[in-house]
Amino acid sequence: MPSLKELSTREERLSRGHRLCPGCGASVIVRQVLLATEYPIVAASCTGCLEVATSIYPFTAWKIPWIHSAFENVAATLSGVETAYRHFKKLGKISKNVKFVAFGGDGGTYDIGIQALSGVLERGHELLYICYDNQAYMNTGIQRSSASPMGAHTTTSPPGQAIPLGKVEQRKDLTRIVVAHGVPYAAQASPGFYNDLMKKVEKALNTEGPTFINILSPCPRGWRYKPELSMEIAKLATLTGAWPLYEVENGKYRITYKPGKKRKPAQDWLKSQGRFRHLFREENKELLKKVEKAIEDKEKELFARAGEEI
Amino acid sequence: MEKVMAFTGDEIAAEAMRQINPDVLAAYPITPQTETVQKFSEFVAEGRVSTDMIRVESEHSAMSACVGAAAAGARAMTATSANGLALMWEIIYIAASYRLPIVMPVVNRALSGPINIHCDHSDSMGARDSGWIQLYSENCQEVYDNLIQALPIGEDRNVLLPVMVCFDGFIISHGTEGVAVLEDKVARNFIGEFKNIHSLLDIDNPVTYGPLDLFDYYFEHKRQQVEAMEKAPEVVKKVGKQFGELTGRFYGLLEDYHLQDADLVVIAAGSTAGTVKATVDELREEGVRAGLLKIRTFRPFPQKEIIQKLSKAKAVAVMDRSASFGAIGGPIFLEVRSALFEEQKKPLVISYIYGLGGRDTGINQIKQVYHDLAKAAQSGKVSQLVNYLGVRE
Repeated sequence: MPSLKELSTREERLSRGHRLCPGCGASVIVRQVLLATEYPIVAASCTGCLEVATSIYPFTAWKIPWIHSAFENVAATLSGVETAYRHFKKLGKISKNVKFVAFGGDGGTYDIGIQALSGVLERGHELLYICYDNQAYMNTGIQRSSASPMGAHTTTSPPGQAIPLGKVEQRKDLTRIVVAHGVPYAAQASPGFYNDLMKKVEKALNTEGPTFINILSPCPRGWRYKPELSMEIAKLATLTGAWPLYEVENGKYRITYKPGKKRKPAQDWLKSQGRFRHLFREENKELLKKVEKAIEDKEKELFARAGEEI
Repeated sequence: MEKVMAFTGDEIAAEAMRQINPDVLAAYPITPQTETVQKFSEFVAEGRVSTDMIRVESEHSAMSACVGAAAAGARAMTATSANGLALMWEIIYIAASYRLPIVMPVVNRALSGPINIHCDHSDSMGARDSGWIQLYSENCQEVYDNLIQALPIGEDRNVLLPVMVCFDGFIISHGTEGVAVLEDKVARNFIGEFKNIHSLLDIDNPVTYGPLDLFDYYFEHKRQQVEAMEKAPEVVKKVGKQFGELTGRFYGLLEDYHLQDADLVVIAAGSTAGTVKATVDELREEGVRAGLLKIRTFRPFPQKEIIQKLSKAKAVAVMDRSASFGAIGGPIFLEVRSALFEEQKKPLVISYIYGLGGRDTGINQIKQVYHDLAKAAQSGKVSQLVNYLGVRE
């Protein structure tokens, strides 16, 4: 892993001037991912915030080759690009070593794009799939996805008298689903821990076969917090157990960051964002406990899988 | 130079694809396309092509992978039918608008529901506004010839559009015929090389594919697509002529059969055109001035040529192997009739919907159509504008 000083001299591959919101996690994630390697990269995005805000014709923020075709098919689209590359390499028409990175949001990955993703993982394409997980359909206006955590207020899971909890269901554990495909490398990362994130990207790009990193992408608009707090929020997610950092190499789980003394209660995570505000009403005490317990149980389960103590 | 061998439609499509030797083929099985992809898989397994094949998990991903591969400069192909084409729907529009000359055999099959695996044209007719060139094939020979021509047509720099080569499910796909096949070298030389000048793999000249395109530019881009389609007829004709010089089989946008002096004309696309030819032969023996106008290119629609070809006809039946629910008549009928609107002297035009879900359409039924046409020509009136041929009412 190069030093911060060295990283600062590397060329940025996503330009300034794109139209993502102030405080958006996605652009920070893309920059960290692309800074982590010096390989030439061909990138692809699914329809979503990142895609619409970085490519408004006649402008593009992408200084590298980039393709978007639809919402649910970034994995399949990039698998076509990667196959063409392998083909031309085989025929001796290309000599450069090129790497392929897909960027999908949680809607485009957990939900509508899971089939195409699963196909790519099973077929073993040489590409890294990054899910920037902001835990809802933010581009269309904060609708719940299967990545939205229990208790989240979204525009399609608003808390009300009949359903005071907000989103009732648990999040889908996508990373585990990816691992079940038998991929050589999968990980969960956060832009709040850029060292950890970039190491994982480097590792993934140097691993043979399909690789996957699920990256928490704080969203000030959808999560209801001040834009300048995004990286604090990203850190808090890990310190409170809401977004543990880990990697899975050939099926073996390893926790890559343990909060230790910095650990904070799950409630701090819920308190930090307006989307959970309703849980702190007096009458919702029990619901708050339920959501806290869900976070704690999920983290415990993960640590147990890695054979580690919290 | 050519060798005649026995092939089914699916097999000859695979054979053409072997000669084309695409860089990338992404496909998913669906009846009645399956044998094409199976056969091609054997070519891959035996090393008879250098193609890299992607065995995708759906047709949606097949077309998506083709889009990615073609944007990366590859010659990309897939093949499908019916519901498979319907599942691709979203991405076929994207392939056309990104100007990626993907070539796809479409083995025509009725769309669900109810589910049915047999031939009609509801699948490809539904895709008629997607921006793809559509060539319809009458028999196995035309499947081969159209596939070989599809690449130089779609990849022409003035066109750059994807091409569907349509042929009737089971009737052609599973029927065996003798097909004249070019030598590999000759076929490959005819097809030529493909170079995408905006390849995603050109690392030093990065391109952005698929940006957000709003009200300030989208319209112009659609206009450019229209223009590409407008330029396509000349290229279809040029390639058809070159192919004819090579094989003796000349192709244009349309084919006519005993049309020169025909009073009564049937318009058809696909295998039924062959049945119409046989009917015309019988009727001619009876002294009926019957003729056929076969649609080879439905997209782009050959309006000018159709007007010209129908200038002497008295009554015309347009046969559509698909229904357009809520419209007055089938899709080919609507366009033919509209094409004639400005003409001072025009024939009576009648719509026939036939053969849905693989319902057999034989010579006797087509004779009935000519009989209707004769009555209309005589009376100068159309008694029934839209007819359903061979349906139990």
